Amino acid sequence: MHNLAFDIAHLLAGGLVLISFMMLYQDRLYALLNIFALHAAVLAASVAWQAFIQNAPHLYVTAAIALVFKAIVIPVALHRIIKQLGIHRDIETAVSIGPTMLAGMGLVALSMVLMLRVTGAADPLAREDLAFALSVVLLGLLVMVTRRNAVSQVVGFMSLENGLVLAATGAKGMPLVVEISVAFSILIAFIVIGVFLFRIRERFDTVDVGALDEFRGERR
Amino acid sequence: MIPAVAQQIWCVAALLGTTALAIASSRSRRSTALVYGATFAISLVALAGALFSLIARTGATELTLPIGLPWLGSHFRLDALAAFFLVVVNLGAAAASLYGLGYGSHESTPQRILPFFPAFLAGMNLVVLADDAFTYLLCWEFMSLASWALVMAHHREPDNARAGYVYLVMASFGTLALLLAFGLLSGAGGGYGFAAIRSAQHTPSEAALVLALMLLGAGSKAGLVPLHVWLPLAHPAAPSHVSALMSGVMTKVAIYGFIRVVFDLLGPPSWSAGVVVLILGGATAVIGILYALMENDLKRLLAYSTIENIGVIFTSLGLALAFQANGFGLAAALAFTAALFHVLNHSFFKSLLFFGAGAVLTSTGERDMEKLGGLIHRMPLTSFVFLVGCVAISALPPFNGFVSEWLIFQAVLQSPDLPQWVLKIMVPAVGALLALAAALAAACFVKAFGITFLGRARSPAAEAAGEVDRYSLAAMFSLAALCFLAGILPGLVIDALSPVAQAMIGHRMPVQANDPWLSIVPIEESRSSYNGLLVFAFITAAASLAVYFIHRFASRAIRRGPAWGCGFADPTPAAQYSGASFVQPIRRVFGTLVFQAREHVDMPAPGDLRPARFKVDMHDLVWERLYTPLTEAVWFLADRLNQLQFLTIRRYLSLVFATLVTLLLVLAIWS
Repeated sequence: MHNLAFDIAHLLAGGLVLISFMMLYQDRLYALLNIFALHAAVLAASVAWQAFIQNAPHLYVTAAIALVFKAIVIPVALHRIIKQLGIHRDIETAVSIGPTMLAGMGLVALSMVLMLRVTGAADPLAREDLAFALSVVLLGLLVMVTRRNAVSQVVGFMSLENGLVLAATGAKGMPLVVEISVAFSILIAFIVIGVFLFRIRERFDTVDVGALDEFRGERR
Repeated sequence: MIPAVAQQIWCVAALLGTTALAIASSRSRRSTALVYGATFAISLVALAGALFSLIARTGATELTLPIGLPWLGSHFRLDALAAFFLVVVNLGAAAASLYGLGYGSHESTPQRILPFFPAFLAGMNLVVLADDAFTYLLCWEFMSLASWALVMAHHREPDNARAGYVYLVMASFGTLALLLAFGLLSGAGGGYGFAAIRSAQHTPSEAALVLALMLLGAGSKAGLVPLHVWLPLAHPAAPSHVSALMSGVMTKVAIYGFIRVVFDLLGPPSWSAGVVVLILGGATAVIGILYALMENDLKRLLAYSTIENIGVIFTSLGLALAFQANGFGLAAALAFTAALFHVLNHSFFKSLLFFGAGAVLTSTGERDMEKLGGLIHRMPLTSFVFLVGCVAISALPPFNGFVSEWLIFQAVLQSPDLPQWVLKIMVPAVGALLALAAALAAACFVKAFGITFLGRARSPAAEAAGEVDRYSLAAMFSLAALCFLAGILPGLVIDALSPVAQAMIGHRMPVQANDPWLSIVPIEESRSSYNGLLVFAFITAAASLAVYFIHRFASRAIRRGPAWGCGFADPTPAAQYSGASFVQPIRRVFGTLVFQAREHVDMPAPGDLRPARFKVDMHDLVWERLYTPLTEAVWFLADRLNQLQFLTIRRYLSLVFATLVTLLLVLAIWS
């Protein structure tokens, strides 16, 4: 039983990393959103599985939050925003895909080397989980760094946050309060950034953050 | 009976309450009297408590308050060392409050001073009481900020804003050094309590680093050369009773921090530590007093003279370190006691002199000595106490300055017993520097008193001066009386200091109370002894006899001769001996080296009717060689980094990302 539990947790966390790579690859906004929804769904499954094997029913709440808000509400909302802004055809390439993928692989290797060495004494499930979680966080940051469009930066930020939730649930005994506050902070961040997007739209007629720089008279 | 430390903490709480009171009553006209009255009463209570626990040797009492870091709390402890420095702090505070009762009524904007004054006193008390690194640093910063606010009280006057800025930068730098020092002391385990630090083992390299950081941190607050630059700017900028506190008391709190760490927490010292402290102290003493001599602003002169006295105190502490490292307990106790005695003395006479300068400032509105003069006729009482302060600070018997400097020289004379050749040569050399500084200090205060109070008035303001109010005079007279008492009864002070030396050094000076006729005997009777009372009696008798004989046989006798013009051939007061002319010989001897002083005579061509001009160029080498390049480097770097302000959002994210990945890489490679 234990081995199976470990394998499934491993599979789900590894799947999350894989989906992060898919996010890195996607340069179309709708596709990116769909993959983010998938990311959140896999996260929900992973958290639910952790809840099951840790006998921690409160984690189901976290899983539900992840599923409802991150996999459904936010992607749908972002879809609508993209449609309203009329940027669904935008393709973005701040950094080309090949180097990005290579950098992502380097980051995953780094987090593996680091986490497996640092957490030598911890229980193997938590170790693997933390290593994957760090990979997801770093890949999320990479998405934010390599994108120019505000919407895809928001998506990168939220996938980063998924990595945090993965880490939080992987460690046994993390209180529920933290997850709820983290989930809500993400929601609030989304709202704030959403409002921000509309502000940008009103004034500059684009959501490309490069427009902000042009407004300030800066060159990229 | 509440423990002594709790009593002190209550006093601090009362001071903080007075701050609230000052804010609440800022609109009332009675606010000044109320606040200074309250601080006076509280300081007296705290002084009595500290004096009692110092003399009665009640032993250390501790108190932990549940404020501050949640897992740590705030620890306070009152031991002999803290009790002594509390005596210094609260005595100065009481005198300054009493002085403030009169001086404060001339204040144009009292609401800028009244709330910060009690807070400043509370900060100084708390620093001395703190018993863990966190509380210590917090209180230290509180004290610095409160004093900064007081420096900035008259922020519209020219140069005061700059003084405040330099002070703030130097204070932050000093606190950074202290922070690093305490970080090293508490080690990776994070034992922030002083008890934990005391029991921990420190490696020699760690101890050397902590000593260097303490010299930077405490030294910048105390005014060690070359960290002294803020002191002559900031101390005179504050109102005079605050200047007295900053110069007379706050520098002592810095010395307390140095003693607490180096003598108490760091464990047995190495003799090389003594060498470093000795050299710094000697250089500080001489350079400080040379600056003071060149100064014509009365309050700035006093601030520079503070630097000299800090140098003397540090020299004595360096001697104590050197002796202690070699196991000479008695000599170390002698040097240490001398340092503490000088701390006490300096707080007396420096406060007294700043009060005097404040009295001159209130009655004439002038700080420039070249515009004063002849005040002895208009302010006889102030002149008298200022003279007492000048005599005391010039280390002339029978006043207190002589006793402490004499004790320091007695310690210097023990140096031939030291085994290290470096110390054998260094200590007499530093002793010579101290002797030079003492002589220059005497010259400096002859100038300060002579130019300010003697001769004829050099400006209408000085001519119209009048005596100051009774509160100010009471404060000055009580400090003058203390200078006198400590000078003729030094044995009492030395015996009161013995528990401090016992706690810090492990030895004490011989008991002085049993010596006949109130003599003091630092080592043994066959080597040296001093009796202040006897010297006083001799001076009084000799002077009275001389006066009597001169009066009887010379001035009352009828003589015939040409009418004497009293030396005033030229009727304008500007033709009198001025401060600059008084120090010209000293400037020629030392100034060419220390200040790169150059004299130019601008002689008009024959037939040209303009007057000849005499000009002296002086350079402050510490500013020009050290601080100017430093500020230029900072400006250059700031200019380069300025571009970071104008990056794109993605670039900022990339910077964060790159930093994170680099740190992770470092972790992956190192661990």
